[in-house]
Amino acid sequence: MEVKPPVPQIPPPVWSDFKDLQEWEKYHQARATDDKTSEALASIADAIHHMPGGWIVTTSTEKIFNWARKSSIWPVAFGLACCAIEMMATFASRFDVERFGVVSWASPRHSDLMIVSGTVTIKMAPMLKRIYDQMPDPKWVISMGSCANSGGPFRHGYHVVKGVDRVVPVDVYVPGCPPTPDSLMYGLLKLQEQVARFQKTGTRPSPADRG
Amino acid sequence: MTAAEATAHIRERFGVEAAVGDGAVQAPVSRERWQELGRFAKGELGCLFFSWLTAVDWKEQGLEVLCRVENLDAGLAVLMRTKLGAGVSRCPSLTGLWRGADWMERECYDMFGVVFEGHPDLRRILLAEDWEGHPLRKDYAHDMPHAPYR
Repeated sequence: MEVKPPVPQIPPPVWSDFKDLQEWEKYHQARATDDKTSEALASIADAIHHMPGGWIVTTSTEKIFNWARKSSIWPVAFGLACCAIEMMATFASRFDVERFGVVSWASPRHSDLMIVSGTVTIKMAPMLKRIYDQMPDPKWVISMGSCANSGGPFRHGYHVVKGVDRVVPVDVYVPGCPPTPDSLMYGLLKLQEQVARFQKTGTRPSPADRG
Repeated sequence: MTAAEATAHIRERFGVEAAVGDGAVQAPVSRERWQELGRFAKGELGCLFFSWLTAVDWKEQGLEVLCRVENLDAGLAVLMRTKLGAGVSRCPSLTGLWRGADWMERECYDMFGVVFEGHPDLRRILLAEDWEGHPLRKDYAHDMPHAPYR
């Protein structure tokens, strides 16, 4: 059995590389029938073995479970302040994070992610911690906006938790006041990169791994 | 009744320097006559609408309680104010006159620690029950790692 490395990344030719339109069409028709590995498959495969009449893909359970995890992150519907408005806009049709498998869910018991969207007051912190504790492992937290990151404009107030990382562990910090949906989407994609490297040993990715 | 007439009435009745300013009749009285001024404003001046109640911390001079009541028909507003004096945090309650004073006085107690005598249910309303101190006082929490802006 011949073992081959994953499919090499050959930059696709641009239209100016082709002699004429017939050659261009021929290339794309050939590629459509020849390339059987999608990018998602190539990203989780350790090796792709060529067999007579087909292919065999080998991978590790960790990789394929992490691929499943990162492709269906359900954040608990938990809005705290004005950042929640931007979060709702992100979940709505215009930005449509369902493309990434992110579905806002109204129960912490089915959720993987908590987006702390807004100011956390000292009175709210125990409730936030309780919702976090109700979520099943593995779970992640995105701190969205200046208030959740550090207390923001209310840092010198008497009533505000100076950063939600004093209450729950945070994986991704999204800056902004409030962050735009684009920023939150970037944070979600960064979180997906982290989840892809998630290890069941309980260790979280080191800062060097975060990319 | 116009604001000028109301000012004259308050001067005559309470002997204080009432004046029209900041869109209301300013009526500073002593703590002992606080409820009497409330009854006068509601009964004689027709101020049935309780707008708000709060306090000011004047540091060494102590706390001052402010309360705005309005006669909506006449377009008349009375700003009742009383200085409690240094070190004093007790003030008569207005809940017997206006039901709306209930929560405002609870908030004032929560933030400034003004104890309203005669209030039926004087508890903290916004902060947690086990909160220590009254955060809008000037002497609150100077030793915090991030001290409040003053």
